[in-house]
Parts: sequence; C-alpha cells; structure tokens
Amino acid sequence: MRYSGFRVIKEALTGHRGWGPAWRDPDPKPDYDYVIIGGGGHGLATAYYLAKEYKQARIAVLEKGWIGGGNVGRNTTIVRSNYLLDGNEPFYEFSLKLWEGLEQDLNYNAMMSQRGIINLMHSDAQRDAYIRRGNAMILNGADAQLLDQKQVLEKYPFLNVKNARFPVMGGLLQARAGTARHDAVAWGYARAADQRGVDIIQNCEVTGFRIEGGRILGVETSRGYIGAKKVGACVAGSSSKVMAYAGMRLPIESHVLQAFVSEGLKPVLPGVITFGAGHFYCSQSDKGGLVFGGNIDGYNSYAQRGNLPMVEDVMEEAIAMFPMLGRARLLRSWGGIMDMSMDGTPIIDKTHIDGLYFNGGWCYGGFKATPASGFVYAHLLATDTPHHTATAFRLDRFHTGHMVDEKGMGNQPNLH
Amino acid sequence: MIINHPLLGPRDSSEFVYLGDACLINRPDWQADDALEQFIEYGHTRDNPAGLHRELWYHEQGDRSWLVVTRNTVTHEITQVELARDVARAEGRSK
Repeated sequence: MRYSGFRVIKEALTGHRGWGPAWRDPDPKPDYDYVIIGGGGHGLATAYYLAKEYKQARIAVLEKGWIGGGNVGRNTTIVRSNYLLDGNEPFYEFSLKLWEGLEQDLNYNAMMSQRGIINLMHSDAQRDAYIRRGNAMILNGADAQLLDQKQVLEKYPFLNVKNARFPVMGGLLQARAGTARHDAVAWGYARAADQRGVDIIQNCEVTGFRIEGGRILGVETSRGYIGAKKVGACVAGSSSKVMAYAGMRLPIESHVLQAFVSEGLKPVLPGVITFGAGHFYCSQSDKGGLVFGGNIDGYNSYAQRGNLPMVEDVMEEAIAMFPMLGRARLLRSWGGIMDMSMDGTPIIDKTHIDGLYFNGGWCYGGFKATPASGFVYAHLLATDTPHHTATAFRLDRFHTGHMVDEKGMGNQPNLH
Repeated sequence: MIINHPLLGPRDSSEFVYLGDACLINRPDWQADDALEQFIEYGHTRDNPAGLHRELWYHEQGDRSWLVVTRNTVTHEITQVELARDVARAEGRSK
C-alpha cells in the first residue's frame, strides 16, 4: 500500500479498516544470500539499499528484540554534515543528501525538518576553527555560513551572549541540517525493505557464527541456524559482544550516553543549537519538549542508563546558555550504548573472515549517518569494494596509522 | 556510583577520572621482536566485556592515586577496589 494524503482521507471516511501491518512478520528461512545482524536504522537501511540500489535478493535482517529498539530510538534526532576531515565530510554530506530525499524515496513521513544547526563560538581561536571547518564543508559540497553575534541573536534573542566566561561571539550555521523523527526512520526503512522482499525477523538473537576454513557459512540464532553467503554485522553498542563470536577483538569501548527531554513548551527554539564551550546540543520537538544531550558518562557500560554527575553537568550547560530555561522541568532521561572507537570515527569494512563484514564504531554520531551507512554498507556487501565516500573507515587503520581523528583526542575513546 | 577507596573510604565517582581497561598496566616490552604489533594491540584493541570489567580510575580530585576497580558494566555494581600500585606489583612490575 502506498501512503498518501488521498489515502488518509479515504481511510478516515471508511473507518480506518484498510490499514494493514507496515511489514510482515516472517519465520526465518533455512538460508539467505545476505544476513544483516541488527534491526536498527543502519541494518534496515543496509537491507533496503541492498534490495533497491544493488538489486540483491534473499536478504534477512535479524533483530534480537524489536526493530528500532536500540540507538535509533534513543538519540537526539539531529541530522547534519558539519565535519572537517576529508575522510568524514564527503560521507556525511552524502548522508545529508540522502536525508533530503528520504521521505519520497521510502514513501514514509520521517518528519525531516531542515531547521538548521548553529554551533556557537566563544573565543577567537574557536572562530578560526569554525572558519576552517566551514570552508572544508563548502569544499565538500555542503553548505556553511559564519554568523556574527548579531545574526545569532536575531534567531536566538534569549541567548546569554554576555556570559563573562564564555561570551557568544557568533556561530557556524548549516542551514540544511535539522532533525528527523528517529523511530519513523527505522519504521520507514523497515516498511520499504519489506516491500522489496527483505525478511525482517524480530526476537531472533545471534548467538554465534558458523565459520569453516576462514569462510562464513551462517549464523547460530535463538531461532535456529540460518545459512548465509554473506553476513553483515550492524550492531553498534554491542559490536564487541557479537564480533567476539568470530574471535575478534575490536578497537572499541562501549559507553553510555544520556539524552533528556523537558516538559512541552511553546515554540522557543527555531533550530538546533550547540554550546561551543562544552558539549551540549538542543532542539525542540514538534510536541514542544526540548530534546538535548551532552557528553557520554565516560566509563565502559552496557547498562542503557547513566549516572547523576553527567545529568548535573548537562543541566549546567543548558542554564549557562539559556538562563530562561531555569523554570522548565525535566520530563525524562534515558541512556543508549555507544560504540566508542579509538579515533572517534566509524568502521565499515570486511573482516579477515570471508563473507563476514563489520559496520560499527559510530560513537554518538550514528543517527545522522543512517542513510549513508546503509548505502555504503550495501555497496560493500554487494560489490566487495568500499563506496567512494567511505574509503577511510577501514578496520586496519589503527595498524597502518591512517586514523581519522575528527576531534584530535588520540586513542582515548571517552574523549571523542 | 560510589567508589570505595581502599585508603579514603567511599568517594563519589565524579572525583575520579576514568582511563579504561586495567590491561593498560601491562605495557609491552619495547625490546620484544614483535613490539610494534604488541603496542598496536595495547594502544587500540580492548576486550570490552558486558559484565565484570577491571578498569583504571584516577582520583584526581582526591589523593591522586590510581585504582583498579572491578565493576559490572551491565549493572554498574562495584565489587572490588584495589590500589593500582598493589595490582601492578603483584603482577611483577615496578619492583
């Protein structure tokens, strides 16, 4: 069924009896050409682009719980491509271009809203860094605009620009950036992949790999053995756990990142805004709640919930930026598990086992990458060569020294 | 989280800085034939278990001691706290 305005009106007039489930609930077949482990945004996007762009068939997505129950349902919904490094920026700009056409492509309302992102600057050195970053973005086909304090105040008149310690001197604006409804992205990809014959198998946890003579034969799951010509792991957060079944140790630590939402307020934030002197990012959802977050808690965790010191830290940053939020109440907070890689950059590559591929290490930048991650991973799975925007995301870069360290922090995962 | 410091008693985790897996105590021998390979592994790959994890915490806002904390990464429960010095010496380092 195609979704359309006409369809909504027709169903409204006929008692909404025509809506069916958005995707099937098939039992696993004994074998597939492609098995994607992980029914999150990236896994579902991979299956979709494998079927649509690379004309592959016999594809299954295995999900241990329900689809979209992991990080694609836990992020702060920001979509942007304001990166500096050559290894990153073409990839994220490719992703943003896919976001721009995503809803038409999937025939699904992902509430993509290009409301712009402003990174605030608080020092002369930071202005220099943002000019450099903006130029790098423009060179890679993205858009960037340097705003002075007055231009920032026109959009955000309530900002505390005269803060004695961190005055707001201006900002770097990417007008094409914005937000998307995170759950709808997973559902949209699931529905579109399912329509192209992909089997989405939920409640099916991978418990091991069957490997013979250095070649993958299939996966052991909680619903029995499933044979596969190619297996793509796509389980950021649990990458180390799953790849350990293949005897691999990864350049990854799992960390918990918290996110927060306030009570519903009248429209106050026109776009996404980030604090440049700490780590804080905020936007307002269509329901009115301010959706915001900060840094990871900083210690290894698989708990999907964080601790109070980081809650306090994030609130302090919020009030430093927007003193007028002092009376807004916090509604909810939650945590998600991040694959923090050793250089802050993802990994999309083959492994030393024939037919086993790895996609992970997304740190806390995975949501914006969802379409491109799926696209380039599908490219890698189908053609055995990296997509031209993702050649830097190699697994062996820590051996060869070709790290892509956007933040320049070195091999300390909790600092990226 | 509360870390029960062996010398100072229970302290809030926000007084500490986290470094990572306690395997970082075992710095490879730079004169070994495969020193390069060992240092790449030492610097970059981790077990990253879901469950008990021995890890290094530095008491920066306190007595500046390094601790080895055994903590469950699924529940955040801390079951053992030792001075990193004692752990390293027990493993034959810094005699």
